[in-house]
Amino acid sequence: MGPLVPDIISNNLNYLVALGVGLLFGMVLEQAGFSSTRKLVGLFYGYDFTVLRVFFTAGVTAMLGVIGLEHFGLLDMSLVYINPTFLWAAIVGGLIMGLGFVVGGFCPGTSICAAAIGKLDAMVFIGGAFLGVFIFAEGYPLFVKLYMAAPWGSPQVFDSLRISQSLFAFLLVLAALGAFWAVSIIENRVNGVKRPAVRFTPYYAGLGAAGLVLAAAALLMPSRKASLLEASEAPGAAQAYKADAMTPDEFALRLMDGGDKMRIVDFRPEEARAKMPLPGSVPFTAGGLFEKQAARTLLTRGLTYVFAAEDEQTERRMAFIADRLGFRDIRILEGGLKAFRDRILDFKPAAGASAFERDNAYRFREEAKRIVPGLLKAAPAEPAVKKAKRILGGC
Amino acid sequence: MKSEHVKDAQETKYMNPYLAGFLLGMVLLATIFMTGRGLGASGALKSGVVAAVQAVAPGHAASSEFYSEYAAQHPEGPLKNWLVFEAVGVIIGAFLSGLISDRLAFRFDKGPSATNRMRVWGALAGGVLWGIGAQLGRGCTSGAALSGMAVMSTGGIITMIFIFAGAYGFAYFVRKLWI
Repeated sequence: MGPLVPDIISNNLNYLVALGVGLLFGMVLEQAGFSSTRKLVGLFYGYDFTVLRVFFTAGVTAMLGVIGLEHFGLLDMSLVYINPTFLWAAIVGGLIMGLGFVVGGFCPGTSICAAAIGKLDAMVFIGGAFLGVFIFAEGYPLFVKLYMAAPWGSPQVFDSLRISQSLFAFLLVLAALGAFWAVSIIENRVNGVKRPAVRFTPYYAGLGAAGLVLAAAALLMPSRKASLLEASEAPGAAQAYKADAMTPDEFALRLMDGGDKMRIVDFRPEEARAKMPLPGSVPFTAGGLFEKQAARTLLTRGLTYVFAAEDEQTERRMAFIADRLGFRDIRILEGGLKAFRDRILDFKPAAGASAFERDNAYRFREEAKRIVPGLLKAAPAEPAVKKAKRILGGC
Repeated sequence: MKSEHVKDAQETKYMNPYLAGFLLGMVLLATIFMTGRGLGASGALKSGVVAAVQAVAPGHAASSEFYSEYAAQHPEGPLKNWLVFEAVGVIIGAFLSGLISDRLAFRFDKGPSATNRMRVWGALAGGVLWGIGAQLGRGCTSGAALSGMAVMSTGGIITMIFIFAGAYGFAYFVRKLWI
């Protein structure tokens, strides 16, 4: 379903959405105290950790929300912008911004908030930030080597750390809780407050409980994609799945009928597809089943979808995943395309066949062997599929 | 300029930080769900710079790599940009919030032992550093650190770690500005 842009929210309406979420963003930042430069830098001198509390709570909340939406199939993460990783630019840029934070007392978002309520120092900061971007733009040839160094693509951090998404989210929530506890102690010590930082009051008990519930939620909502792919690979899972199999004979007959009522969903790799194209087929991958593309391709009423791969095991796995994702009317090709080639394209009558077999099945197969190769040759090698493009975001 | 105790009284009116964080997280989540992208701030500055340079020196903008690449990515002009609309929203939202909580005033914040001159140069230099750093790091605290954390981007989280590491590392040397 999500992201709603561009299918449900048009690109022009999206500008109005930007205005609206910006308004809420500015409101929350200002209400949290981010328009005060002394409150912001308090984090770095230990006298006020508001920024850390707000920032970490917001990050964890949004992250768990993203995980939950993906888990329940409401957000297609293949379309969401994941900030790309350019290692050295991230490190050096981060350090420069860190220096800018303690020298200037703001970051860009908070300076906009502060300027909006009349803070003169924030207006000076924004002037400086414009100048900084201008310096970068003019000096781009000098920066470009560092800017483009070590391109890692757009990995997600749990993949980079080689742990599961659930474990990463769980650990991050625990880290946030630990940080909140630790900074309360530091804050009191720096400000000379004698009473204990965390007391057993309904407020703190409630906060702690909410944190633990969120940490548990991280473990209870594994990535839908990762967990289903894993479940489909578990020994016996695909074999045990009651797939509705189509015999090679029926497959051939439907091809000869023009294939109007049947859509072949082709899970073979590109080279195999090019070698033996199937008429009216849609190239697909396991990952594609989780994307918006799947709903576009697999939800036309009145069509029979046949999952085709070289072997039946792959077809079963894909059908198993599709079934779990709620797609119906999925059939698989019995024995895979290998059996289709053996029994139809390379058909050889067995020596000891009965008269009944010769009159019925064999006559059909001989005819199919004559007609089907022509159909396959006439098939376009790569039918056009509209694949949604990832949204371009970032600063 | 208001006296210290008035300022303290105002600060008590700030929202509970965990509630504010939760609300901020929900705004960010709604943004990702609707638009497929996170929040940002420094991108709007970039749009402003590109628009200004295109207006003042169009020839230079067309020949320079940075501006021409940006123009190619934004065929509708630098200011018809999602982040520019969002930044306008931030200004309105923060203004309304200040209005509601009675915090609207032209004033100048600084540390107790800093001079005005120190604060002005500090704010200017800090802004310049952010301008450069956020371009290099492909986003600032909003676009790289916060939004990057929400989608668990490796790059965003590395940037976040180094923003805070840098700030803590350099804090001691500029403490006169703040404490």
